[in-house]
Amino acid sequence: MADILQLLVAGLATGGIYALVAIGFVLLWQTSQTINFAQGEFVMLPAFFVLAAMKFGGLSFPIAMLVGLVAALVVLGLVFKRLVVDPIIRHGVLPLVISTIALGIFLKEGVKEFYAADAQPFPAAWATTHLSFGGAAVSVQNLVIIAVAVVAVAGLQYFLARTRTGRRMQATAQNPALARILGIPVERMILYTFLINAALVALASFLVSPIYLAKFTNGETLGMVAFIAAIVGGFNQVRGAIVGGLLLGVVDNFVAAYLSAQYRAAIPLFLLIAVILFRPQGLLGRAEERTV
Amino acid sequence: MRIRVAALAVALGVGAGAAVAQQTVNMPIVIELSGAGAVSGTNFRDGAVLAIDEINAKGGILGRKISAPQSDTQSNPGVSRAQVQKAIDGNPYVILGPVFSGSVKVNMILAQQAEVPQFTGAEAADITQMGNAYIFRTSFGQQMSMPKIANYIRDGLKAKTVAVVWVNNDFGKGGRDTFTKEMAARNIKVVADISTESGQVDFAADVVKAKSANADAIFVYTNEEESARFLREARKQGVNKPLIGETTLLGQKVIELAGDAANGAKGHVGLTVDAPVAAVLAFREKFSKRYNYLPDHNGIKGYTAVYAVKHATEKIGKFDRKLLAKTMHGLTIKPEQEPGILMETTWDDKGDIDRISFLAEVVDGKQKVVQTLPKLGK
Repeated sequence: MADILQLLVAGLATGGIYALVAIGFVLLWQTSQTINFAQGEFVMLPAFFVLAAMKFGGLSFPIAMLVGLVAALVVLGLVFKRLVVDPIIRHGVLPLVISTIALGIFLKEGVKEFYAADAQPFPAAWATTHLSFGGAAVSVQNLVIIAVAVVAVAGLQYFLARTRTGRRMQATAQNPALARILGIPVERMILYTFLINAALVALASFLVSPIYLAKFTNGETLGMVAFIAAIVGGFNQVRGAIVGGLLLGVVDNFVAAYLSAQYRAAIPLFLLIAVILFRPQGLLGRAEERTV
Repeated sequence: MRIRVAALAVALGVGAGAAVAQQTVNMPIVIELSGAGAVSGTNFRDGAVLAIDEINAKGGILGRKISAPQSDTQSNPGVSRAQVQKAIDGNPYVILGPVFSGSVKVNMILAQQAEVPQFTGAEAADITQMGNAYIFRTSFGQQMSMPKIANYIRDGLKAKTVAVVWVNNDFGKGGRDTFTKEMAARNIKVVADISTESGQVDFAADVVKAKSANADAIFVYTNEEESARFLREARKQGVNKPLIGETTLLGQKVIELAGDAANGAKGHVGLTVDAPVAAVLAFREKFSKRYNYLPDHNGIKGYTAVYAVKHATEKIGKFDRKLLAKTMHGLTIKPEQEPGILMETTWDDKGDIDRISFLAEVVDGKQKVVQTLPKLGK
């Protein structure tokens, strides 16, 4: 029982990270039909912004985190939209997908070349001790990750549902042409989505790097699993991305512990195939039809 | 007239190029500079370059300066094979590297066929069991180090049961097989056999499995980055059993990456820059001053490999690859003869080495040597 509790908490913490990244996938798709295959590298990069601010700027860790967040908003939000998405999206989704794959490689190799090829220690902003619950040692770090992920998701949901800007963003996602007629600044709403995505990946980066260590390859698995989580949960629903992320995190840990550590990487793919076969819209997604 | 001048210039240029080539000896470094082995490979490369620069500053080997082009295997056996072939095409005197056992297994045949001595940092037991007369280790193979760890687990920890966590690559599999054999020989029961993947980042499930086995000790045999992640996860989950390992658990890079979580890790280290040996400590000082980071055991491997080549070459008095390989077998180099070798080292007829080794523990973020073990041959 103690083992199950520990695995559940560890799985939810991993799943919380997947969910944050998966939500970014969904937001970008919903508002601008952008599928960002560099999303994994977007998670990897903010940790290096922080490390660079500490190493070259001599900043303390909390200040460096703020610098990292701002750098992520500018580079992964504003610059990404203006330099990559805007010029290419008008040529269709496929060229943009290819461009983001190229961007991911560029970011990965850039960090490897200009910062380090090996893993770097990343400080944890919280205690690395554990709490005991009925014989189970539950990591404080995992509890913090779960709490931060829950607060971030709840805050985002509140922002989208209860604020004027959030509702405008939803209107933009549902029908940009009509939103434009109603006087909603669609371009600005889309930019906000990119900035929210940048903030989410930065948050995921700060949460996961103390455990995974900061390394240029960190985005490879994260990006792919988060993408699958978004599809499994439902690519057109933020709550689907949350459920997909948590599900994959928990299943991954239980499979590694009780079935096979070797095949753990295949589990998300099995889930993906099952969802595509039996519920193509995802667990919580809406079925969409296109007609000619 | 202009054509004649140009022809003369070209001829002089070619002549000068040939003269330069004659004055150098080609010792390519084929090593892991990226991928999972980047920590090990970078240390090995930096150690080798340090030795090469020292030797070149003193006039080189037999009056010839060392030229050491570097190539990155990307920690990928296929790429390493191509890089070794490229190095062989450059007519090298010896090849330095790689470190990853899986890479060495697939590329050493090329060096053997070309009769080029290869000095590797790899530790998988079977590398020197394949009848290759051109492969030479720079550290203990697993068949030399595992008996020492096994003795420590039996005599030092008095453990009756052990959980084994190993990385599923050539290095880890070879270590796990040798370790379990040594455990069986000492009647110590392996109660959990946990394989992990190279490059794995999430060790939560593995630590839960190791904990639930309730063994007297947990033996961790993974590469440096994975070891650090495992230690961090073990700390998170409050593991209170002794974590035992080899150099890849107690190395400087692991301590740096794992932080406080490395404290308490114990085991056997064949090579360590914290060894209570004056020459090793002086090497550590030189290395960290030049590269601005503390070396791990791979730095010593690269450094001593170059000095071993220098000593053996000066002993035979000429650059002869076949004779070098023949001379290395059964050779003992003492620091009095060659200070760069740091510690007395002997190569046997298979290319395995023997020298003193150490039992160590991580205390307050530093590796502390608690006992020096003699050479096996003594």
